[in-house]
Amino acid sequence: MTRLACLVLVIVAAAVFPLVITNATATDIAVNAMIFVAAASAWNIFSGYSGYLSLGHAVFFGTGVYTVGIAARDWNLAGDKVFALLPLAGLTAAVIAVPLGLIALRVRRHTFVVITIAFFFIAQLTATNLKSTGGSSGLLAPVLNWTASTYNNPFYYAGLLIAAGTVLASFLIRRSRFGLQLRALRDDEDRAAGLGVRAMPVKLTAFTISAFITGLAGGLWFYFLGQAFPQFAFDPLFDLAVALMAFFGGLGTIAGPVLGALILEPAQLYLTLRITNDYLSEILLGVLFLVIILFLPRGVLPTAGEFLTAQRARLKERNRGR
Amino acid sequence: MTVLLRTEGISKAFGGVQALDDCSIEVEAASITGLIGPNGSGKTTLFNIITGYERPDRGEVFLGGKKITKKTPRQVFAAGLGRTFQLTRIFPRLTVLENMLIAQRHADRGRAMDQLEFCGIAGHSSALAGTLSYGQRKLLEMAYVLVADPEIVLLDEPAGGINPSLIHLIADRIKELNAQGKTFLVVEHNMEFVMNLCDHVAVLDYGRVVAAGPPAEIRQDPRVLDAYLGTGEEDDEPAA
Repeated sequence: MTRLACLVLVIVAAAVFPLVITNATATDIAVNAMIFVAAASAWNIFSGYSGYLSLGHAVFFGTGVYTVGIAARDWNLAGDKVFALLPLAGLTAAVIAVPLGLIALRVRRHTFVVITIAFFFIAQLTATNLKSTGGSSGLLAPVLNWTASTYNNPFYYAGLLIAAGTVLASFLIRRSRFGLQLRALRDDEDRAAGLGVRAMPVKLTAFTISAFITGLAGGLWFYFLGQAFPQFAFDPLFDLAVALMAFFGGLGTIAGPVLGALILEPAQLYLTLRITNDYLSEILLGVLFLVIILFLPRGVLPTAGEFLTAQRARLKERNRGR
Repeated sequence: MTVLLRTEGISKAFGGVQALDDCSIEVEAASITGLIGPNGSGKTTLFNIITGYERPDRGEVFLGGKKITKKTPRQVFAAGLGRTFQLTRIFPRLTVLENMLIAQRHADRGRAMDQLEFCGIAGHSSALAGTLSYGQRKLLEMAYVLVADPEIVLLDEPAGGINPSLIHLIADRIKELNAQGKTFLVVEHNMEFVMNLCDHVAVLDYGRVVAAGPPAEIRQDPRVLDAYLGTGEEDDEPAA
């Protein structure tokens, strides 16, 4: 019951946030946070549940970016209509995920990670060299002539919708038989296959769902930012960020990536704003990654949960003693 | 009696080591058949080949008259053959109950709980499987194989490394299921366990079946004593 109350509270707070806090810098950060809640949760649906750590999800993010960019340009779309392109961005990313998954998911662990990184560089190079993507001079999003004071709100609500949908999907998947099979593959893939789990279809489905959401997030991010260059649409820091957020909060949990994104994305943007030196925030991000992997390898939430259970048990023990 | 599981002339070499050499065994339906032999005699390799985890160089495996030789572990399982591993393989980060649900074609919590009850670990159903003791893990692996209701169950050292009271529990459970018509093929080092449990025993040595028959006969067979104790000439060779 308290859980439900907390959930309602969070949803209400998220829904009224841009109406209460109208400061453009704050809503700007909030839009980015929503995009990363969706992206980190999507990454977690595949990597967290299956144990296959992808460092190539920027491929899907960038695919979303360029799908929206190219479609809006070629079809002369502007204003709200661009939001209608988001499903297409997700779909394109999902379609690309199928062949990539069929190749990469044949191998495991380090080899899988290396292959996803290779995909990432191939995608970035492709975006830089194709004519339709605008090459290294990038793409511009359609200009919006909305009122400046509420400019961020449509983006915020679109982001919130995608983020909430992703968390719901993550919850439903984790509870489902499909999610159980994914987590069994993470623990012992060969054993799971020996008990009737169809490993490849299960992994590929999760990979594709994850790519779809990441593509959506990329499309929204592009339209919000207004422009895209290959090195930012396909950004290695994106791969690092979503992985770090999931690891930070708790890999394979539902709330973990949400918490990670809500803390790390604003923190990073704030640091970039305050410390004008761009590289310092990146270095801090790297240091944080190291600290998390070394001291909280399972993430904040699982470790805190265990700590609380232990405390409660100790308290009970003490009370019994009296 | 009908033969449920049969291997025919299985050979398998790893590099220069001939793990199995023209190995043929038969498991009768509704029997408990034991497979014994010294370390390195090829018991586990034979298990792996039967269940599709490894491929034989030569030979065939038949289940109920159908050839299952080159099927994948998933297909072998679907054909009605379940197994446990010598080094128990459970899903440590899933709960005990979730481990049970994985093996079922359609998740059925009620039946999963009944099976856990039967194997004596129902009290741990919501614990993470990784927190179980070694003996409890053995029971869990057996439980989740049994809940899928395979026609034949292959147990790789069900009594290895666990305490005597648990060994009795496992033996009782196997006998009870066998009385209901379930077929078992058991690899085991504990001779007491095998001789008390099995209707039929096959002895492997250097990848070949050197003797097969009821436990009472096997116990007396000089070739079996040879395989276990070695003849004078082989004394200097390592046990494997």
